[in-house]
Amino acid sequence: MRNFFAFLSGGLFGAGLLVAGMVDTKKVQGWLDVFGDWDPTLAFVLTGAVGVMFFVWMVAQRREKSYLGSPMPGAFPRLVDRNLVLGSLLFGAGWGLAGLCPGPAMGSLSFNGWQGWLFIIAMGVGMAVAPRVKDWLSILDRTTLEVPPCENIPEEERALARNTPRAAVR
Amino acid sequence: MHQDWIWGLVGGLMIGAGAGVYLLVNGRIMGASGIIGGLIDGSGRDTVSERVAFLGGLIAVPPLLVPLYKVVDTHVTNSIWVIVAAGLLVGLGTRLANGCTSGHGVCGISRFSLRGIVATAFYLLGGGLSLVIFRHLLGVI
Repeated sequence: MRNFFAFLSGGLFGAGLLVAGMVDTKKVQGWLDVFGDWDPTLAFVLTGAVGVMFFVWMVAQRREKSYLGSPMPGAFPRLVDRNLVLGSLLFGAGWGLAGLCPGPAMGSLSFNGWQGWLFIIAMGVGMAVAPRVKDWLSILDRTTLEVPPCENIPEEERALARNTPRAAVR
Repeated sequence: MHQDWIWGLVGGLMIGAGAGVYLLVNGRIMGASGIIGGLIDGSGRDTVSERVAFLGGLIAVPPLLVPLYKVVDTHVTNSIWVIVAAGLLVGLGTRLANGCTSGHGVCGISRFSLRGIVATAFYLLGGGLSLVIFRHLLGVI
């Protein structure tokens, strides 16, 4: 059952992307190209999707379990951090470069030629190295934490900051 | 041009419906990068079949609708280097930020998640800068 509804959800998502014209890299780049021939279509797509999801969240927040009995996703505990900002900037740069983001890249795979496959492979490599890059970034954090000695932080917390890799917290 | 907007809105409603089914029925956030990334880095090994089924629908359904259109041109670039660089950036960036246009954008903004809103602001900024630099300054795309 879960798989059936997951397939249905993916199908609706893909069909919506096609109907909205979001598989067309020219329309996506047109939206991002504020100083060129600007195309507002993507704003309408996002408005429609966010509009539906606004009501879905109102229903979801009153439920403890999904219709199939699994727990609903909780509130996001984490706040804005460097990885969120840096990652989003990098993602945006790539999105603008080719006009493809993960959803439409998958949805158009069957009619996007060799370019679509090459993009998915490169994206997969990027995703595969991401956990390692996260670890490097957290090592950077630890070294910068230790450079200026701060007497106000209790020793246990400093030890915690030194010894807990980001991967373990995640 | 007006028609593009209307179809954009209709497609958006369908995307919202897809995300709604995934949330209400399966109890999960519909984020394309998270669903794919969890398969690649192994963090989603408990939910492999659900992820594969979602991607199956996402890949298999659009081509069924393609015959309804006279032409579906994706206008995708022919430059190998642009595609490779874009793919690497999208893959790395979405996994660092834990989300892309569907997860942070569609599912995050609609629940007024601060992370979703901030992420969307920064990937739009990144995308806008990318067009300024690579199209208007360097002329490579």
